[in-house]
Amino acid sequence: MTPALEVEQMHKRYGALRVLAGIDLKIEPGEFFALLGPNGAGKTTLINIMAGLTRATSGRARVMGYDVVSHYREARRMLGVVPQELVFDPFFTVRETLVIQSGYYGLKNNGAWIEEIIHHLDLSDKADTNMRALSGGMKRRVLVAQALVHKPPVIVLDEPTAGVDVELRQGLWRFIKQLNREGHTIVLTTHYLEEAEALCSRVAMMKQGNVVALDSVRNLISSVSGCSVRLRLSPDTLPPALQSLMSSREEGCYILTLAEYSQIEQVMAALRKAALQVLEMQVLQPDLEEVFIRIMGTHKIRQPGTLPI
Amino acid sequence: MTGFLTLLYKELLRFWKVGFQTVFAPMVSTLLYLLIFSHVLEEHVQAYPGVAYTVFLVPGLVMMAMLQNAFANSSSSLIQSKITGNLIFILLSPLSYREIFFAYVTASVVRGLAVGLGVYLVTLVFFDVPLSSFLWVLMFALMGSALLGAIGVIAGIWAEKFDQLAAFQNFVILPLTFLSGVFYTIPSLPPFWQGLSHLNPFFYMIDGFRYGFFHASDISPYFSLGIVAACFVAVSWLTLQMLKRGYKIRH
Repeated sequence: MTPALEVEQMHKRYGALRVLAGIDLKIEPGEFFALLGPNGAGKTTLINIMAGLTRATSGRARVMGYDVVSHYREARRMLGVVPQELVFDPFFTVRETLVIQSGYYGLKNNGAWIEEIIHHLDLSDKADTNMRALSGGMKRRVLVAQALVHKPPVIVLDEPTAGVDVELRQGLWRFIKQLNREGHTIVLTTHYLEEAEALCSRVAMMKQGNVVALDSVRNLISSVSGCSVRLRLSPDTLPPALQSLMSSREEGCYILTLAEYSQIEQVMAALRKAALQVLEMQVLQPDLEEVFIRIMGTHKIRQPGTLPI
Repeated sequence: MTGFLTLLYKELLRFWKVGFQTVFAPMVSTLLYLLIFSHVLEEHVQAYPGVAYTVFLVPGLVMMAMLQNAFANSSSSLIQSKITGNLIFILLSPLSYREIFFAYVTASVVRGLAVGLGVYLVTLVFFDVPLSSFLWVLMFALMGSALLGAIGVIAGIWAEKFDQLAAFQNFVILPLTFLSGVFYTIPSLPPFWQGLSHLNPFFYMIDGFRYGFFHASDISPYFSLGIVAACFVAVSWLTLQMLKRGYKIRH
């Protein structure tokens, strides 16, 4: 089967700055995929290359089998991108914006689908309002609507929920999940890792222009063995025997990282020995955020030309 | 085809929605030029025998208004889209660089013609301006507006800030129009300035356009049309190369 998105040996440099350092990635049709990574990891650059907004220094990218440079017209018809920046054309209303966007893709008589998108994104009340008069959240919905006017098989959302209220976020994900069920491939970037964990089947983690982890959410989480324990003690001191396990302190609690569950027994024994009273104790299961922090923390990339953070 | 037509429609709708500023205002300022210059220079300048100075001035001013507005349309639309970021909607679409070019240039021509026609119709109320050959008038109006529309695309792509675009307008477009013989005939100039004027492509647009009205010109209209057409082809080629490479718009 033709992959929905395929990137081979993708490099991007701006002068001496290396933004993408040879990315290989294949996303299958129907996947719900997340690109994760800190700011500056190269996620948006990778998306922009697939969308034709940025030119790669070397390497190839294909959308539904169409090369984004040599077959750009076909590739762009296959792709809908929700950009990260909140951009809009102040001359037009919501409906005009969507009709014009359809026209760019050569679609006439797209009214029924436009009405459906307007309805699903809760824009009905604002359909004839000028873009300038919309709130930030509403503008974000219009950007999503614009990316969907041509019913693209592949939908890329670059931080669609940044600065968006809970209600819109839930509504948006409900609609995107429905599109995914109907067969659309979804690729998103987000800084909310719980969103990625709840929605996505597979995840790529990027750091300094490299893919440092690529696997299903389940496999990534199970790759982290052990757990964390959160303790509030009286008196508020940690016995010396446990100092090496401490990973952080927050709100008067100690967070201990354990390699395996059986270590809990040793922790309890040490506390008993020091005659400390446990006021509060919580065993934390690893989640995607934990995996993310560990991978980002431990994965040192040493390659010539890579700039230190 | 519909992609091109949609972008053209969007560009037309854009200036039409602010028509007071994009069509009516330049008409008023052009008519003010006519009022003031005709009053001041009427007795001092005799351009063509038997043609009153004010009447001589009308075609030049109409052409100047067309050229300036054709340039303003594509350049301001592009820079606004670049700065506000909404150019991305065009860049994400399957529109080809040729479609983008022709849509912006055609919209510029339409705005140029709208302003030019508006000025001409108002002057007809006050002055008796002859129209010797409609075909010549139309040819130069179309070619001139198209050339300035294409130059506007270059300026809009090149400029990164509004002040850079203003500099382009004030230091390139404005001197070339004012020194093109809108207000005088070239033979009335000292030899050095005559020579220099012949290097100005705007001179050929004004001169040829005026030929369509008075059946008189400094230079053969065929030669002028050839110069203007050659400039349009050269500028269009450059603009298409810039768009194809994504110069300053696809990084």
